[in-house]
Amino acid sequence: MLIAKPGLDGHDRGAKVIAHALRDAGIEIVYTGLKRTPEEIVQEAIQEDVDVIGLSILSGAHLPLSRRVLEGLKAQGASDIKVVVGGIIPPRDVEALLAGGVHRVFPMGTPLPEVVAAFTKEARRS
Amino acid sequence: MKEVILHAGIPVKPVYGPEDLAGRDFARDVGRPGEYPYTRGIHPHMYRERLWTMRQYIGLGTPMETNARFKYLMAHGQDALNVAFDLPTQLGLDSDHPRAEGEVGMVGMAVDSLADMEEAFAGILLDRVSVSLTINGMAAPITAMYYALAEKQGAAADRVVTTPQNDILKEFIARGTWVYPVEPSLRLVADLIEFSARHYPRSNPVSVCGYHIREAGCTTAQEMAYGLAIAAAYVELMLARGMDVDDFAPRISFNFTCWGKIFEEVAKFRAGRRLYARMMRERFGAQNSKSWMFRSLIGGGGSAFTVQEPENNIVRGAYIALAAALAGAQTMALPTYDEAYTIPSAKAQLIALRTMQICAEESGAADTVDPLAGSYFVEAITNQMEEKILEELAHVERMGGIVEAVKTGAIQAEVARQAYLFEQKLAAGEIKKVGVNCHVGDRPAEADRGVELYTFDPRVAQAQIAKLQGLRRQRDNGAVAAALRRLTDEARGPGNLMDPIMAAVKSYATLGEIADAMKTVFGEHKEPVKF
Repeated sequence: MLIAKPGLDGHDRGAKVIAHALRDAGIEIVYTGLKRTPEEIVQEAIQEDVDVIGLSILSGAHLPLSRRVLEGLKAQGASDIKVVVGGIIPPRDVEALLAGGVHRVFPMGTPLPEVVAAFTKEARRS
Repeated sequence: MKEVILHAGIPVKPVYGPEDLAGRDFARDVGRPGEYPYTRGIHPHMYRERLWTMRQYIGLGTPMETNARFKYLMAHGQDALNVAFDLPTQLGLDSDHPRAEGEVGMVGMAVDSLADMEEAFAGILLDRVSVSLTINGMAAPITAMYYALAEKQGAAADRVVTTPQNDILKEFIARGTWVYPVEPSLRLVADLIEFSARHYPRSNPVSVCGYHIREAGCTTAQEMAYGLAIAAAYVELMLARGMDVDDFAPRISFNFTCWGKIFEEVAKFRAGRRLYARMMRERFGAQNSKSWMFRSLIGGGGSAFTVQEPENNIVRGAYIALAAALAGAQTMALPTYDEAYTIPSAKAQLIALRTMQICAEESGAADTVDPLAGSYFVEAITNQMEEKILEELAHVERMGGIVEAVKTGAIQAEVARQAYLFEQKLAAGEIKKVGVNCHVGDRPAEADRGVELYTFDPRVAQAQIAKLQGLRRQRDNGAVAAALRRLTDEARGPGNLMDPIMAAVKSYATLGEIADAMKTVFGEHKEPVKF
């Protein structure tokens, strides 16, 4: 799984906590670091051959940034890579993200064990 | 009996008594308020003479929208401003830069040039109000715009009171608005401190922040230790330029957070003041007593607030205000109860301001100085906190010092490790959060709880971009190009860059152009990615 920070947002506490927790749960994690463009994230996901991209966005720019990652994956023929989004996602935007092709959204306040369980179950299924 | 351990790792006993202070010299370690080492506060009478400044952090959309919110808060008794800038501004990107898409005016106001600052402060006299600028990587050009605006308004330089944050080291550790590599970034920090010390004697050209590092996950003791280490790094930078410590140290200010356990927070500030005073006097040889004073904004930590049952955050805010008052804040700011959802509504901002006012006027917390002094418990944990902070400072030294630890990413990794530990304790119920892991309500967090969500208007970006493009057509582009060339040339040399930056700002060069003129020489920071 690639944990990525797209856009200009510099808050990486959440991204790093999730990266730690999923790694402890046995999932192989690559973390991009801050301020990556959607295009860079798509390239890195393909290069690292990941199953999932986790976008962490706290700046409010989650709709255009997620859209650009999904479009980038499609253009590269890599739509089998699932995209999940976490961060400060107001309830009204969750539907819009899911409708746009995001696999799952983890809004603020999602308990850590719930996030971990979502991915460990997913990993067992595939 | 239940075990209680503070965030700093200090165990709390059920009862404290005189035996916990045995062997301590009260006169030496605690002393009187307004006297070295300032454990009890930096002023002899504290709030009886002057209440803390109330300074909510605000900025949204266009400069015009922000101007309206500034005036709203000032009309309700807020006496100072704290400006939030959007991310493109914080990173030196003009509003029409491709990387700014979706972020213009989102988390603060957009500033592309001096013209935007003129609009943001229209009708606000800069010799009458004190203004904090939450700006770091771009502190030099944005503060230059502020100084240029003050000059245009006819304000005397010695009446201009502004506090640019200008603390780039904590940005590398926690907040992420770095632009240039560590060394040229430090040069710009020092350029602004030096220039301000010479020309704007009442400005506070650096606000050293533990706040964001704690919000990113570190402990109370680490917050204070890292802040002190960063302050020391800036002092050394200025001494290396040949300045006398007392020429700039009296204007160093701090920005720390406060949330969680009230008495731990109070102990953190009491111990921090003592350690800072000793560091400035004994290690750096400062003679002016103002150089010894740890003057701090205490800002409530938004991370303490919950998305579940957001109204409860109003209560948390009240406890935070009380802790900050008991800790001896010079300035206070509180997060708003809707913090976890949205850009604060005007109503939520007003509640936060009223919370501080109720604390000040009704609670009695401001009636007497350092009311917890002499408490067996508070004095004992102040001493223990001091030891913990010293341990953390020693740890920073083992990482090669704060600048080296930032370059290698070792300190960022430690903060992330602490954030994960904290989250695990939360998940295990070792740290309690009402409505989250205990006393959980029956409504899901996602339910609409009457929080008024900020509706972002996409026309904000369009308006900002149209204005920027108009500016590029109208200004004297020959003068702009010459000013930018001069800035690039001087960036290659060792001199202070504030003069060429001021000249570029006054020619209405855009922030992006000014940032790029330096980027040509400095390059960009490569983050050591560790977690």
